[in-house]
Amino acid sequence: MTDFPGAPTAASNGRLRVLAAMSGGVDSAVAAARAAEAGHEVTGVHLALSANPQSFRTGARGCCTIEDSRDARRAADVIGIPFYIWDLAERFREDVIDDFVAEYAAGRTPNPCLRCNEKIKFAALLDKAIALGFDAVCTGHYARIVDLPSGERQLHRAVDMAKDQSYVLGVLDADQLAHSLFPLGDTTKDVIRVEAEQRGLAVAKKPDSHDICFIADGDTQGFLAKHLGTATGDIVDEDGAKVGEHDGAYGFTIGQRKGLRIGRPAADGKPRYVLDISPVNNTVTVGPVEGLDVLSLTAIRPRWCGTAPLADGAYTAQLRAHGDEVPVTASVVDGELRVELATPARGIAPGQAVVLYDGTRVVGSATIASTGRRTQPAAPVG
Amino acid sequence: MPYLDHAATTPMLPEAITAMSAHLGVVGNASSLHAAGRRARRVVEESRESLAQSLGARPSEIVLTGGGTESDNLAVKGLFWARRDADPARRRVLCSPVEHHAVLDAVHWLAEHEGAEVEYLPVDGYGRVHPEVLRAAVERDPASVALITVMWANNEVGTIQPITELSSIAREFGIPMHADAVQALGQVPVSFADSGLDALTVTGHKIGGPYGVGALLLARSVTPVPLLHGGGQERDVRSGTLDVPAAAGFAAATAIAVERRATHAAELAALRDELIAGVLRVVPDAVLNGDPAAAGRLSANAHFSFPGCEGDALLMLLDAQGIECSTGSACSAGVPQPSHVLLATGADPLLARASLRFSLGHTSTPADVAALVTAIEPAVHRARNAGLAAAARR
Repeated sequence: MTDFPGAPTAASNGRLRVLAAMSGGVDSAVAAARAAEAGHEVTGVHLALSANPQSFRTGARGCCTIEDSRDARRAADVIGIPFYIWDLAERFREDVIDDFVAEYAAGRTPNPCLRCNEKIKFAALLDKAIALGFDAVCTGHYARIVDLPSGERQLHRAVDMAKDQSYVLGVLDADQLAHSLFPLGDTTKDVIRVEAEQRGLAVAKKPDSHDICFIADGDTQGFLAKHLGTATGDIVDEDGAKVGEHDGAYGFTIGQRKGLRIGRPAADGKPRYVLDISPVNNTVTVGPVEGLDVLSLTAIRPRWCGTAPLADGAYTAQLRAHGDEVPVTASVVDGELRVELATPARGIAPGQAVVLYDGTRVVGSATIASTGRRTQPAAPVG
Repeated sequence: MPYLDHAATTPMLPEAITAMSAHLGVVGNASSLHAAGRRARRVVEESRESLAQSLGARPSEIVLTGGGTESDNLAVKGLFWARRDADPARRRVLCSPVEHHAVLDAVHWLAEHEGAEVEYLPVDGYGRVHPEVLRAAVERDPASVALITVMWANNEVGTIQPITELSSIAREFGIPMHADAVQALGQVPVSFADSGLDALTVTGHKIGGPYGVGALLLARSVTPVPLLHGGGQERDVRSGTLDVPAAAGFAAATAIAVERRATHAAELAALRDELIAGVLRVVPDAVLNGDPAAAGRLSANAHFSFPGCEGDALLMLLDAQGIECSTGSACSAGVPQPSHVLLATGADPLLARASLRFSLGHTSTPADVAALVTAIEPAVHRARNAGLAAAARR
């Protein structure tokens, strides 16, 4: 990149111009601090992602919370880096929130964090950063980038398996990875908190965020009801017999057990789970846990972190955030990823991402379109 | 480090630092009756007399406050309450749409909570309120107008309002009028007596005085309802222990700002013209906002829109080059907003977001301007590419 006035100042000798995405939490603060300490020229940016008119300031946009943006700003001040707030609320609404609602409306279970990484942090943000003269985007994700002597760059799981976030980064392609920095992948979370304390970052004790950031109260069903309305429908068993009613099929997730309003118990007295959701006729099918066992799946929109998987390759797969790895055989057929599971997995829903691993290396991801069950649920009545 | 954001705040004048420092270590509450109190009182009253002298007012017309925002709130809310209490029919507040948020949010609050009917006076493409517009708004129903508030000069685009023409209309109908002169003081002649106004806001840190001190100049004929109740200081309109060192520093800075105004403004205007010409030379499609005529514009202000750029991206690129300027308005979270001033002048919202304000002050040099002229073209080029990149991957 040629240097000229108007670009961030010259970088050389492996020194990168880095844009650090700072959420206001401890992880992204330490990641930015580590990048700066490594000698990179770091600029902090907090993304304003939520559009909430908050005051008379016409069209005012608050951040997810103003407190978070202040925490991020304070951390940047302590680290000693410039800090700005970038308004990506419009892109976030279109690419993440609207998609989230549409996916649920279609009976699927999306992961908005993957979507945000794919469309916002490592697309809208990265594109703008590159155009403005930065070399890379740095985040506080727990994942490792490994650069081989051959020049190949790989994405690996973090050493802290309890915090590993490689699953939500499985959507990154080689080009995006080439411009990414994950300084926390080689460290455990408890060490990060201690380090934050030592660095004088006030966010050291801030609790981890778990919920979907744009559903502040954690009430996903309430959020969906507000966007999609309520519509009473039937809950049926595997034979199609009505066993209860619900307020909207989108409010359910395959594998869900709690919150089912079922009038009469199953004949065998065992708990029942959501096996299938049919938004077309607003029907939810329930049945015994065995009905959830998935043996194979087909996934669309594959994205590879490097080269595509080998035909009939032996890999492991993670099928949801914080889910266990299962051994699989995977092939790409007609642009779709076909996966055979060595052992059945439960609670797998269309819309979720399957992320393939080769050891700790992330191969890539695809969006689950359909699953093959041990026992297929009956076609919904009507 | 070219600092081109003097309209945000400007360095304190050495004379103001000296005047203020002299009192920081001295005990004395200006309301106390003993010798220490009398000493403090004397400093405050001498500062008040000095301010009155500088601002064409009587000492009793100077109400010391905690700064511009407080003065604006006291004027707008206090006068509204007083006028409405005297006659419940007076609910209309006539206000320019290009006011600082200290006025704009205050009148909005009155509308939300106190039953005020706010009418925003249309402005022209430079952000100016024309007298006939005010007259028409008043004449629709003069008896229902609680107050008029129009800023003396705009903080974003630098447009100067025809204050005496506006105030003569207010006088004709016996309606109190307030003007925020925070940006005007030190650049245009500000005389409270000649202004025809009933209330006038000034503040210290924009003219080389300390932060956190300002004044509301109040004609003796008006008594706003106080925002702060307590010990009854400042005509019982603004209670609170007087800040002796701040009053002294503020008075010293004001005296110098007024005394040097004519020469200082001429120097700034020459530098400002150089800045405008330089920017337009290297970025020919940049749009100068506000009144291009020298007589209608603050001598320290240059405000541009750069088509195809985002103001915040430009600001960041210039900041990386050590050039400090402003996009105009930012909400408390720092999210860039399209300027309400430019929107009121009829500017396109995209163009409004593409804006930067450069403002000069007593430490500005030709080298500052030269540095900006060198840096602006590549920054604009790069910010435009960023704008295109953002639009591309959709």
